[in-house]
Amino acid sequence: MSMAAMLSARRLIAYYGQAQILSDVSLDVASGEVALLLGRNGAGKSTTLKTLIGLVPMAGGEVVFRGERIDGLRPYQIAQRGLGYVPEDRRIFTDLTVSENLEVGRQPARKGLPAWTVKQLYKLFPNLAEMSARPASQMSGGEQQMLTIARTLMGNPACVLLDEPSEGLAPVIVDAMVAAIKEMKSQGLAVLLSEQNLHFAEDVADRAYIIEKGSIRFCGGVSELRDNDSVRSACLAL
Amino acid sequence: MSSIVIQFLNGLAGASALFLVAAGLSLIFGVTRIVNFAHGSLYMLGIYIAYSAIGWASGSDGPGPMGFWGGVLVSAIAVGATGALTEMLLLRRIYGAPELFQLLATFGVVLVLKDFALWVWGPEDLLGPRAPGLQGSVAILGQAFPTYDLVLIAIGASVLCALWLLLRRTRWGMLVRAATQDREMVGALGVNQKWLFTAVFALGSALAGLGGALQIPREPAQLLLDLSVIADAFVVVVVGGMGSVPGAALAALIIAEIKSFCVGIGQLDVLGFTVSLPKLTLVVEFIVMAIVLVARPWGLLGRAPGPQRVFAGGHEQPLQPAVRSALLAILALLAAVPFIANGYTVVLLIDILVFALFAASLHFLMGPAGMASFGHAAYFGLGAYGAALLVKAAGFPMETALLSAPFVAAAGAALFGWFCVRLSGVYLAMLTLAFAQIAWSVVFQWDTFTGGSNGIVGVWPSPWLASGSAYYYVALTLCGCGIWLLRRIVLSPYGFALRAGRDSPLRCDAIGIDLVRMQWVAFIVAGTCAGLAGAIYAFSKGSISPETLSIPLSVDGLVMVLLGGVQTASGPVVGAALFTWLQDTVARNTDYWRALLGGIIIALVLLFPQGIVGFIRQRFGRSGSL
Ligand SMILES: Nc1ncnc2c1ncn2[C@@H]1O[C@H](COP(=O)(O)OP(=O)(O)OP(=O)(O)O)[C@@H](O)[C@H]1O
Ligand SMILES: [Mg+2]
Repeated sequence: MSMAAMLSARRLIAYYGQAQILSDVSLDVASGEVALLLGRNGAGKSTTLKTLIGLVPMAGGEVVFRGERIDGLRPYQIAQRGLGYVPEDRRIFTDLTVSENLEVGRQPARKGLPAWTVKQLYKLFPNLAEMSARPASQMSGGEQQMLTIARTLMGNPACVLLDEPSEGLAPVIVDAMVAAIKEMKSQGLAVLLSEQNLHFAEDVADRAYIIEKGSIRFCGGVSELRDNDSVRSACLAL
Repeated sequence: MSSIVIQFLNGLAGASALFLVAAGLSLIFGVTRIVNFAHGSLYMLGIYIAYSAIGWASGSDGPGPMGFWGGVLVSAIAVGATGALTEMLLLRRIYGAPELFQLLATFGVVLVLKDFALWVWGPEDLLGPRAPGLQGSVAILGQAFPTYDLVLIAIGASVLCALWLLLRRTRWGMLVRAATQDREMVGALGVNQKWLFTAVFALGSALAGLGGALQIPREPAQLLLDLSVIADAFVVVVVGGMGSVPGAALAALIIAEIKSFCVGIGQLDVLGFTVSLPKLTLVVEFIVMAIVLVARPWGLLGRAPGPQRVFAGGHEQPLQPAVRSALLAILALLAAVPFIANGYTVVLLIDILVFALFAASLHFLMGPAGMASFGHAAYFGLGAYGAALLVKAAGFPMETALLSAPFVAAAGAALFGWFCVRLSGVYLAMLTLAFAQIAWSVVFQWDTFTGGSNGIVGVWPSPWLASGSAYYYVALTLCGCGIWLLRRIVLSPYGFALRAGRDSPLRCDAIGIDLVRMQWVAFIVAGTCAGLAGAIYAFSKGSISPETLSIPLSVDGLVMVLLGGVQTASGPVVGAALFTWLQDTVARNTDYWRALLGGIIIALVLLFPQGIVGFIRQRFGRSGSL
């Protein structure tokens, strides 16, 4: 689709046990672009992201990332090629401190990609700087969300899969998320953002995909989506 | 006062030894989620290698050129390398397999290492050299305390500090701690866990080796160390919290101190009864563990594990007509055996029948009920002792004793199971092990009632059943009925509910099924059938010993079930037959039957991670009936 897609997935199929969850998911994300993955609860957003990072095995389809097929690779291999994943349930290492969590995410810098330092990340998320020695178990939900994004950025990714970063967060924190996503974008990262919070998402996104029952039903610019009430009401719980 | 200090120091020395083994086991479990039964074998290897390394090229007395400490170090490194090699060659290939298969593979390693030690060092106990310059004792508050034990305490404390620094201050340590909590996420952050796992195995094994090597001046190297040490180490790890090194240290300290004071206090008079506390040391750790697990199910410093599936159970279905007729044919053949086979075969077949029922009862617990028991021999043994004592002590006729003995086992299962079903996964398995060990040590020590280590002799069937073939028919009938009954239960509405509970406990809770109660009933049913097997066994052998409820027998049961395949109903029967037959034939032809069996087990796990029957079914596409 887009000429310089950094990540492009074609006709993904995935199962949990016997249940088919993804039947036809195709999407592209380009460098410096935020693509939105919208859908109701249970539509398959998280499963799509997990399939891309390799946590859910792919039963069909193909994924090309930075010119290389990555389907069938193990999650660590995919991550080492520069795909960052921020899970919905955060999965912070609560036994570790904030700075140790960042350390676990550290990967060598990649040529031609922004190299993040702990200092830069603390600037991006000032709250984290104040609590760098605190055990992650003693953080609020919003702080944990910032930490999980910062941890992924420590891997110096080329593309970030963000799963509902605004879920259950106070408006101030959501603003911090918006700022962080804009920063990633300005650094030339590709971002695939799964969301239900349209107001938040519209603010940062360039293009949108709507997923329903494991298939992509709509694909277009965010402005298109804003004007298209029928798609919105048909596919989203608003 | 001074004797209290000495007891305390004794406890510290014991704690140091326990901690070294348990810390390695805990680290390995935390990161790889492998319950490494071979960890005790690595300890045993450590003590043997130290024996040879220290004595290598030595004169008749005193250590060789490497010196005592050089030998200890060599032993720790060699054992660490053995652990790393085991991980790379075997376990690495089966991280994706169900947890119980990994367990089976480590059983295989236990057997191989035991025979390796037998081959290299022989069956005799080996008493190692004392540490040079530390043979004496120092006076502490006027009492003598062995100098070497002080050194042992210092080494334990140093290792704890070193481990703490390693885990806190290095990136490797952070990765280990992170992986202990959520290894999948660590992978998604780009960390290749292969080498992390190997390194953890090497470190954990080296600690076990060190722990063993350091014991060389205190206890002889012998072949039974592997299972006794693994039981101790499991207890410490479970009490401390699986994956927690500080927890292991704390638990080792508590258990060793309690043991030390039990020995120190000696006899105690309570309300006119004399309680021998030193005798209690055999079980005290298991009592501590039972208490801790009931009060804090994840151990003192552990955390609740994520949802853990011990393995995927099968979906039993009624037999298809073809299978049913095949089964009838096999039964007919079995019934004809006494007419066509010799006495030896009949005896072997009785054994196979007994263990088929034993394995089927364990399978019922592990498959449909979803509870892995590491101590199932307890119920087998209770049945066996129940039968023997009902005849010998209560004067029952043999027939009545045979049929009542299962109820003795049922009572034991009801008591133990009541606690066990409140836990799940590995913790449940450990608690079953603890209870089995308690039962064993009661039987082992109660000389006046159970005959102690000698057991009970002269437990023969009534005259009309005395011939081999008559008793064979008794065994065939009772075992057949037992297995048939278990299968009926699995296919009954209760069995369906049980499996539903196993597969989605939360949903069961929501629709008001009392899963804990159902699992308790399952525990009792399985215990009863194991008890029946034990009772039949007792009269077939004519004598019984505490081995009938020992850990090795529990392990045999697990191997039988896993060998056949947990997911199939016929698996345990096939597994039991194969295991018993192998043990019999191989043992007659070589001294090293364990190694052969272990090798076969390892090969089977690598080739058929679903078990044999599971493999056949998958391969030949037979639908759910086998
Ligand atoms: N581990 C699992 N096992 C089985 N089914 C699952 C599992 N995880 C998710 N599902 C099912 O897969 C479907 C898609 O789930 P997914 O998490 O991808 O949805 P989602 O779009 O991210 O929803 P939400 O907005 O609630 O996060 C749902 O029907 C869900 O019930
Ligand atoms: Mg989701």
